[in-house]
Amino acid sequence: MTHITEAPIRHKGTAVNEDAVAGIPRQDYRLSLANLSIAFIALLVGGIAGLLQGFVRSGFLELPSWISYYALLTAHGVLLVLVLSSFFSIGYLYAGTSRVLGGLASKTIAFGWTGFGLMTVGTVIAAFFILAGDANVLYTFYTPMQAHPWFYIGLALIVVGILLNCIGMFITYQSWRKRNPGQLTPLFAFFSNAVFVLWVFASLFIAVFVVGFVIPWAFGWVPTIDPMMGRTLFWAFGHTLVNIWMLTSISAWYVSMPKIIGGKVFSDSLARVAVVILVVANVPGGFHHQILDPGLSVELKFLHVIQTFMIIFPSLMTAFAMLATMERAGRAKGVTSLLGWWKVLPWSDARFFALIVAMFAFIPAGLGGIINASNQINQVVHNSIWVTGHLHLTVGTTVMLTFFGISYWLIPYLTGRKMTRTLNRLGIIQTIVWASGMLIMSGAMHANGLLGSPRRTADTTYNGHSAASEWATYEMFMAMGGVILFIGIVLLIYIWAQLAFFAPKGDTDFPIGEDYRPADASPLFMDRWAIWVALGTLSIAIAYVIPLLDFASGHTPGSPPFLMP
Amino acid sequence: MHIHRYEKLWLIIGSLILFIFLGILAVQTFFLEMGPPSHAETIDPEEVRESEIFADAELQQIGDNEYEIAMIAEMFAFQPGDLEIPAGATVHFTLASPDVTHGFKITDTNVNVMVVPGHISKVSHTFNEPGEYLILCNEYCGLGHEYMANTITVN
Repeated sequence: MTHITEAPIRHKGTAVNEDAVAGIPRQDYRLSLANLSIAFIALLVGGIAGLLQGFVRSGFLELPSWISYYALLTAHGVLLVLVLSSFFSIGYLYAGTSRVLGGLASKTIAFGWTGFGLMTVGTVIAAFFILAGDANVLYTFYTPMQAHPWFYIGLALIVVGILLNCIGMFITYQSWRKRNPGQLTPLFAFFSNAVFVLWVFASLFIAVFVVGFVIPWAFGWVPTIDPMMGRTLFWAFGHTLVNIWMLTSISAWYVSMPKIIGGKVFSDSLARVAVVILVVANVPGGFHHQILDPGLSVELKFLHVIQTFMIIFPSLMTAFAMLATMERAGRAKGVTSLLGWWKVLPWSDARFFALIVAMFAFIPAGLGGIINASNQINQVVHNSIWVTGHLHLTVGTTVMLTFFGISYWLIPYLTGRKMTRTLNRLGIIQTIVWASGMLIMSGAMHANGLLGSPRRTADTTYNGHSAASEWATYEMFMAMGGVILFIGIVLLIYIWAQLAFFAPKGDTDFPIGEDYRPADASPLFMDRWAIWVALGTLSIAIAYVIPLLDFASGHTPGSPPFLMP
Repeated sequence: MHIHRYEKLWLIIGSLILFIFLGILAVQTFFLEMGPPSHAETIDPEEVRESEIFADAELQQIGDNEYEIAMIAEMFAFQPGDLEIPAGATVHFTLASPDVTHGFKITDTNVNVMVVPGHISKVSHTFNEPGEYLILCNEYCGLGHEYMANTITVN
């Protein structure tokens, strides 16, 4: 609870020097706050869509004729997995990088605002066409289903905006390296840079798909499109997005968590190795979404399974590093018993509590991921609601709870305020509410999926067929979990509003852990991203050259569009 | 770079488990023919309905309790309609879509394959247990997606 009592509390209404309070230059924190604001609006709107979906699917609610279940589902997906996660990661990583590198370059700010503008306009356009019912294509927008052409323009603007943010981050990172020759970049900046490198990998695939294939086809300039090409390019993006969230989240686990618990970073070099493996090996994981697709050979699919499993290594390293950090922090406080260090962790600190619950959620989430990617076993769960349950454990629980935990220090850090005891307590309650809601909802989804219930389906009664009859109970639990989660969102938005506008003024730190010992620092070449980008490109080439050349060779007949609705 | 003794142990054990796991998957895939459905054959989606394979297709007996059927997965039905087969029958399904991407899932079995326009998908299953199985589309295919289902009755 050190963050609550350490710094002097300044009273509300006292004139405050914003520059000094924020801890980072005013122009940097404005950019971060702008990004975070959009993320919070996306969470609220996307959350409402999710709540309604639970009611419709379980049969508690019938929607008015002007909006369909699938419009809500599209809004839920686009707003939460794309908009919320990208705006939040940009707001958080820009602020943290500014903190550790002593401010962002002025060009970075320019790229950041331009990117922010494009992403915001893109989000508004896409959201408008989704809610108007002209884009019932879900967030995966599998062709040849076709939405209103401007829906795709909206998506393209978001992607271009993200790419500009990538350039912004690279400028600050490289200019710091130039100004500090022979010095290792701070670990947090290394994480940031890695996330934006992954954004580039991901964005290029989706940009080629949307701009090169979908938009010309949606406007009718070309008559047909190849759906398999589309699925392949989409999942190269979609699965990379998953690790963009994960990498953003574990940056807080590796860098901030040690400081919060009064410990030190376990090993700088092993942290960077884990990051590099995630960046290099990540993209081909997209193929495990296509294990049941036609047109890809069994041998190729097996290669993709091996490539997908490469990211198990950094996950194992992370699990070890987290527990080792916690044990060492306890030992430093004088704990000698085998597991006594576990008890002295700051359980009553909402920042830590949210992070550790997130970490625990990743154990079943990671195991579920291995099951999904396992070739034959995939056949049991593919496109069942098990997968939705998995997604809500990974993004919904691990990533979201980490983001919530981050916001408990990030927002007051940026607004020059302090977390009060009451808000801290609410943060802990929020974590418990969120975890319970997810446990009920995601647990019911996993079980229901194993019984065969499909994902992304408005109604699964199938005229009262006996095979579908046992699914109803689980769908009631899913709706129940959804209600609890929505209470969690309301609670969270209350905390955020308090931290942004009403909490007492004061100094909140952006916790940045120190190294356990200098000998664990990485060799300098770790900062040479050309090496990692080249290796990443190689791993992408191994996975993608054969299938993409095959699809592009022209022997696959194209598909004309089918408007949704 | 210093790696703690316990971390080495942890990573070695983890890697071993992973390699054993991959080994099992490989044996199943390449020696027991349990690989996922991966048929590679193309068809023009606009010609599916008139094509030799799919036009007027019906269940055909091709061996001792062995059948084959070509099915069209379209918005929002599987054609031809409900099927009936004797217990113990092996059925080879050949699938294609004339419109958007669909899924082909038979409940209480491991039959699960994507039907992507432009490609022909194939999957086989032996139905040992009598009963009425539900065939459903498990890939969102439009506003009537939830109505896309058939049955297979195993007598």
